[in-house]
Amino acid sequence: MNIINEMRIDFLACPENESFARMVISAFILPLNPTLEQLGDVKTSVSEAVTNAIIHGYGNAGGTVRMKAQMDDSGELTVDVIDNGCGIVDIQKARTPFFSSTDESERSGMGFTVMESFMDEVMVFSEKGLGTTVRMRKLIDAHEDAVAQHA
Amino acid sequence: MLTHERQRATVEIKLTGELDHNYANQIRPQLDDLISDPTIKRLVFDLDELHFMDSSGIGMIIGRYKLMARRGGRVAVRCGNRQIDRIFEMAGLYQIIEKLA
Repeated sequence: MNIINEMRIDFLACPENESFARMVISAFILPLNPTLEQLGDVKTSVSEAVTNAIIHGYGNAGGTVRMKAQMDDSGELTVDVIDNGCGIVDIQKARTPFFSSTDESERSGMGFTVMESFMDEVMVFSEKGLGTTVRMRKLIDAHEDAVAQHA
Repeated sequence: MLTHERQRATVEIKLTGELDHNYANQIRPQLDDLISDPTIKRLVFDLDELHFMDSSGIGMIIGRYKLMARRGGRVAVRCGNRQIDRIFEMAGLYQIIEKLA
């Protein structure tokens, strides 16, 4: 598997950058010729991960979110959303549907559930006080031969 | 963008653009102001021209559902975007709010 493109971007953990992160990842995967559904899946998942970093990782107090993405010649996309915030004490609990740790009203607790449904794989690495990395993978290449190759 | 229309006890809210955590925070005060009159018993979200929504939209709609339920009111959603519809299905939203064609 050869990496055909990669990128890394650091941005302020503020709500305005949620849409910025979605635009960046959309532009990055466009050369893979994704279907509208695949594009929507990736945008939504990145939005969830970045929102989590801003609200939960940094508690709405700023900080830097790093997004890294990589695509390989099989059409697989890997996206890391990284914060150096408070970390997740109980990852399993955090991934439970409708669970939310925050006092901020009206969080649905569906973020990880959405990521898990829309991406092929979601991994969470976290350490209390050091931060969290969410790694997501998805096969983007819509061409049948690429899908067959991957299977 | 948010536009609204009132007919007797019904308020219809039309949202366009992208409904994420940032946008939800921005429109929440205006939204609550529009439905503050307790004689409003039905709230309809028209999301046909919404291009994007993540789980923040679920939180916002469930929040308004609770508000309306406390006064014996109801909430309905019209949504032509398949991606957004999938998120509603995933969250089981259609168990508590009406889905309009």
